[in-house]
Amino acid sequence: MKPITRLHSRTAVLADENIDTDRIIPARFLTTTTREGLGKLCFHDWRYQTDGSDNPAFPLNRPEARGCSILIAGRNFGCGSSREHAPWALLDYGIQAVLCSEIADIFRGNALKNGLLAIVIDELEHRWLLKHPGIELAIDVREQFIALPDGGRIPFALEPFARHCLLHGVDQLGYLLQHSDGITFYEQHHQEQAA
Amino acid sequence: MAKTLFEKVWDAHIVAAETADTPAILYVDLHLVHEVTSPQAFSELRERGLKLRRPDRMLATLDHSTPTLPTNADGSRPYANADAQAQVAQLESNCREFGVELHGWDSADRGIVHVIGPELGATQPGMTIVCGDSHTSTHGAFGALAFGIGTTEVGHVMATQCLLQRKPKTMAIHVDGHTPAGISAKDLILHIIGTIGVDGGTGYVLEYRGAAIEALSMDERMTVCNMSIEAGARAGLIAPDETTFEWLKGRPRVPQGAAWDVAVATWRALRSDDGARYDREVRIDAGAVKPTVTYGTHPGMAIAMDAPVPAATNAQERRALDYMQSKPGQPMQGTPVDVVFVGSCTNSRLSDLREAARVLHGRRIAQGVRMLVVPGSEAVRRDAEREGLHHVFTDAGAEWRVPGCSMCIAMNGDLAQPGQLVVSTSNRNFEGRQGKGARTVLASPATAAASAIAGRIADPREYATQEQAA
Ligand code: SF4
Repeated sequence: MKPITRLHSRTAVLADENIDTDRIIPARFLTTTTREGLGKLCFHDWRYQTDGSDNPAFPLNRPEARGCSILIAGRNFGCGSSREHAPWALLDYGIQAVLCSEIADIFRGNALKNGLLAIVIDELEHRWLLKHPGIELAIDVREQFIALPDGGRIPFALEPFARHCLLHGVDQLGYLLQHSDGITFYEQHHQEQAA
Repeated sequence: MAKTLFEKVWDAHIVAAETADTPAILYVDLHLVHEVTSPQAFSELRERGLKLRRPDRMLATLDHSTPTLPTNADGSRPYANADAQAQVAQLESNCREFGVELHGWDSADRGIVHVIGPELGATQPGMTIVCGDSHTSTHGAFGALAFGIGTTEVGHVMATQCLLQRKPKTMAIHVDGHTPAGISAKDLILHIIGTIGVDGGTGYVLEYRGAAIEALSMDERMTVCNMSIEAGARAGLIAPDETTFEWLKGRPRVPQGAAWDVAVATWRALRSDDGARYDREVRIDAGAVKPTVTYGTHPGMAIAMDAPVPAATNAQERRALDYMQSKPGQPMQGTPVDVVFVGSCTNSRLSDLREAARVLHGRRIAQGVRMLVVPGSEAVRRDAEREGLHHVFTDAGAEWRVPGCSMCIAMNGDLAQPGQLVVSTSNRNFEGRQGKGARTVLASPATAAASAIAGRIADPREYATQEQAA
């Protein structure tokens, strides 16, 4: 993973609450065996009409939303499945950050492990951002704030280890592998449960 | 200090404790694998030249992409498409290459991953269990800490048998009293999610407690724990007790003989200590639960089937009601039905099929309704056929299928058409989950069967059993 310290972009808004992983990428596309190329399937059934053309009612199809890499989403984004295909699809589609007052647990973990900034912000500020699509934001991962065009700042919390991994591009599997001795020790000293 | 069940299991699996800067390293006892969320993890291992740390702690099955129709005349399988077939073939070859036990097509134990783990006795109290699948919470019914993980984490467990985890918060859900006659565990859990909300459990591990929970069978406990994720919770747990031990005894992978007695003694000590504290507590009155169904596009939009659908309070709810064509002020009961699905890791065990068969016995499903009954595993299929349940289903006009996830996720070709209303015993009613434009109403197996007969969403209590009717 590449280190990420700062991200700036205009915002696009998907105000619906409880946008589940089936809406982010419908289950019928999960027969893939790679991580690549899922962007064209992102939000598939919402984004395209039945004839395959773009659905004008899908907010991210509007001209002003094109090219935005910061998504402001309604509460409880990413609920549902543990499929990592959801963050893979969003990243490949061009979304690099999701800001929301509440993000589903497994999705948030999956997102951060892939360098998709899934950031929980305060409800009041969330509501304000939902109402103001298209504004220019800068997300500072190191200092943990979002800079508004008027100079205002929205602070956010980030689990310290996730932040460390983002800033330094830490490979979490590599980190775990460094603990091999400790894992062996655990296996030897804890009564083995039959598996 | 008094500890909760969750804390006992968590503490016993810490390889390295969490600090302010680093999450805990948590040891995993059992890693379940299926074809959808594992291929990229196996590829990563291969690219990095890594081996599986503990293949003996892995168990794989084929369930999501697999057809539920029997083999073709030429012996080939009726896959939905070439990708599905390739995905299954890839798990088969990955398991061969890496030495993982796979319950594939030739296994007498193949089935939905969350059905076969317990059946084989691989799921045991006090364990940590993970799978690249959010309904791993099912295994919490045995007092195991079981949760879904993403594919990157699947790779972590493959290579290190460990996960990086922050300790979640705990929530006790006390279910007091007794569920009334004719009310199932599915009605109960839909009622609970309808009460605490689709995100009410976010950040928590739930522990279901109280008289109504202790009275449940293991199948029913699995139904309840299965849907914990639909309230946003990481996992759901129920303390192991005599019901649990009785159910597990003699299963292939549990300790046998003297070792069994030792194991049971350990498992008995897992229950939450008196005075243990939870971060949040909720009380549910089991006596108030009625046959419950969903009316919207997430499982939190659940109400008694005879209660009026609430009016939308915001744009999202309006969109959900529009999609479902649910009418505020009117009950869901009586809504015309196109398809009925009995199956999924929520409700595809023998007792679920018995419930559906009890209602269907000697009756026929309504004209124009299509009904699929998909057993959760080969073992369930065998047992059901031994009892003749398959005849009850086919005589009623339903289709009796080969085990798999089927219409729960609709990636194997079993799906509903746009606009069709499906009464489904599965766990998710998201837009498009059962086919593009399909409308899903979640319900119990008995409600599903009654609705198939009536051709409308119907109260199963109105369909007395054959004996009672005679
Ligand atoms: S039956 Fe449904 S919920 Fe269960 S594992 Fe299969 S797809 Fe997932």
